[in-house]
Amino acid sequence: MGVDVKAMGRLGITEEQVTFMDIAERFCRDNSSIAAVRERMAGEADVDSQALNSLSEMGWFGIALPEEYGGVGLSLAEAVPVAEQIGRRLMMVPFIPTTVAAQAIAAGGTEAQKRNYLPKIAKQGGATLALSEANGSFALANIDAAAQETKAGFILSGQKILVEGLADSQILILTAKLKGQVSLFICETQNIPASARRREILIDETKRSYTLQLDGVTLPRTALMDSSKAKAALQRIDLAANLLASAEQIGAAKSCIDYTVEYLGTRKQFGKYIGSYQALKHTTVDAYVGYEKARSLLYAAAHNFEDQGKGEIATRMAAVAAGRALSFAADRAIQFHGGFGFTYDCDAHLYRRRAIFHDSLFGNARWHKKKLASLLFN
Amino acid sequence: MISVEDFARDAEKWFADNTPRDVDFMLPLTFMEVGTDQQFEFLQNWQRQVYDAGFLGAAWPSAYGGGGLTDAHQSAATKIMREHNVPIMMNTIGLSWAGPLILDMGSEAHKNKYIKGILSAEDIWCQGFSEPEHGSDLGNAQLRAVRDGDEYILNGSKIWTTHGHYSKYMILLARTDTNTQNKYAGLSFILTPMRVPGIHTQKIRKLTGEHGFTQTFFEDARVPADGLMGAEGMGWKIAMKTLEFERGARGGQAGGFSVTEPDPLEILNLARESGQLEDPVVQDDLVDFIIEAQALNLNGQRAKIGALVRDNPAGLPLINKLTKSEFAREINQYALTLQGARSAYYVDEPNAVDGGWWHRAYLNAFSATIGGGTSQIQRNIIGEHVLGLPKST
Repeated sequence: MGVDVKAMGRLGITEEQVTFMDIAERFCRDNSSIAAVRERMAGEADVDSQALNSLSEMGWFGIALPEEYGGVGLSLAEAVPVAEQIGRRLMMVPFIPTTVAAQAIAAGGTEAQKRNYLPKIAKQGGATLALSEANGSFALANIDAAAQETKAGFILSGQKILVEGLADSQILILTAKLKGQVSLFICETQNIPASARRREILIDETKRSYTLQLDGVTLPRTALMDSSKAKAALQRIDLAANLLASAEQIGAAKSCIDYTVEYLGTRKQFGKYIGSYQALKHTTVDAYVGYEKARSLLYAAAHNFEDQGKGEIATRMAAVAAGRALSFAADRAIQFHGGFGFTYDCDAHLYRRRAIFHDSLFGNARWHKKKLASLLFN
Repeated sequence: MISVEDFARDAEKWFADNTPRDVDFMLPLTFMEVGTDQQFEFLQNWQRQVYDAGFLGAAWPSAYGGGGLTDAHQSAATKIMREHNVPIMMNTIGLSWAGPLILDMGSEAHKNKYIKGILSAEDIWCQGFSEPEHGSDLGNAQLRAVRDGDEYILNGSKIWTTHGHYSKYMILLARTDTNTQNKYAGLSFILTPMRVPGIHTQKIRKLTGEHGFTQTFFEDARVPADGLMGAEGMGWKIAMKTLEFERGARGGQAGGFSVTEPDPLEILNLARESGQLEDPVVQDDLVDFIIEAQALNLNGQRAKIGALVRDNPAGLPLINKLTKSEFAREINQYALTLQGARSAYYVDEPNAVDGGWWHRAYLNAFSATIGGGTSQIQRNIIGEHVLGLPKST
């Protein structure tokens, strides 16, 4: 067996995690009510720009960046409670793609790129990811986009999908094959003309994303990230994204369960509150138990994230549990709201849609379990 | 006071030297599985040795027979016991339920009389809560206790009395008042001697085919009234506190390794030995079990970190019993599916895989999903007390 199951990881918490939990809990609650989220869902803007500005001002994009590049000098463990609270309030900010893009540069950028981009991201965000392609593969290296070397730099071909936060980003971390090797590039968004962007219709209406046509887009020589670190950077992207996406989902599961419990305690049928019926009560308890288990796995993943081997196992376990917890809680939330649950006005579908969206990025439970099987049994 | 480190080192050495190995009969995984006199005597003797060596009740006051040390000392010893996979401490009802309750709210006389015998396993304890007609509806218990001078006269019956025929004492939930408006208000909690005229036990055969508990009959049995805990009418409240000790939602237990929890590594070994660990379908199932095991392990750790439970401080302790007992049932049940044609066999059949251990463990796992409040009652409790859902009754 590859891994000692008994030594899989302990749980711990830092003072800084608690501080960010406190601040994020209040900030997200006070600035992203469901009513406001619904208004933004129907609006044109891709993000909640007021919240986004506040995030920048509070330094949240720099939490996990080293101080020498303008960051706070903490780790992704401290970004977890922030993502959890953002998810809990379905706040429309590209916290995950921006944080992960910065992690990608820190892990796989050249020294010049780190000095150029990281302080800007730490200060004002504005970075995102262009990784997925129409083949729908969760394997980040399974891509067809290509970069051809030219005298001035590179010319791109191919297509990227599910690019979040595009309108509010100055740079994209983009994968493309260079001489057959999967390589990472930092692409300034101004290089991608409006005609090459198409806004996608997502299941999760609190998220915004784009398909990008890369054919003919040119990049300067300086856009290429450190080829010797490409593999490590891809792994960093994969795990960081899954850690934070788990946090978002667990936050959302909390809200979803609270929302359902509230209804079960106010709606009456046959003269009784429907929450007194065990068919609903017990299933809601199962959803709650799923949430608590996922949250334990999440904070263990945060705690062990930088540990080689353990970190990946803990993160993928958290991702499996988080996806299931939110999917189950939200699926039953729709059902338990009865006829109202079938309407657009009921919030249950917002949570269900969120879970489906997360299953589309960076792997679903089946994908992670396959990876875990190979980590644990080979 | 000896440092925790030194204490742990002593414990490590003692258990390395003294843990019985090569026992030629099947050892129980929990106290509820003690089915034969041979098992009982072996475990009683083993608990006595561990207590004499100072590794049980280390945090209980020395005035009553405890070690007079701290919880950290006992936790260190318990951890070492678990690592050595030692035989269980079998006087569980005394060590984990009655003992902490007596220390918490018993009189000085109770503490002097009972604590040492609990630790040394000289005095085995049992619990008289459930009745034949009142299992999950515990508050409706009907066993009558009528005060007569400095005695109570008991009439009625209790069931599922684990170790009933071995026990010297029982924690008894009895009805002292039949005229209360509220059924709970008529209940009292009495520390009852078992070896008195009018109390007799009848063994019940479990679904495993073994004996492990009894039905206990009370016919004009006279017991001392000084066994009353608190006051008459407080029985329900004290029973609920006892259940909190039982479910691990409240601390203060004597400690010591008392339940052999399912180890997912064992099921991996089973899959490997039967050549199924390479089967992706089996792998997919095993990954789920490992995630579940890890989540439950982490729930226990997280329960102690205030900042990570502040939304629902009662949540993790209250889901503990439900999740762990259901997990044990599931994983032992799954183990049978890895045994192919040999899954047909049971304990004592030479062809059985691991001597039928998994079959017995699966059937016995229901003791924990039913006893101490069924999983369905647990879901009511969690729904009502943690989530605040409306009561079901």
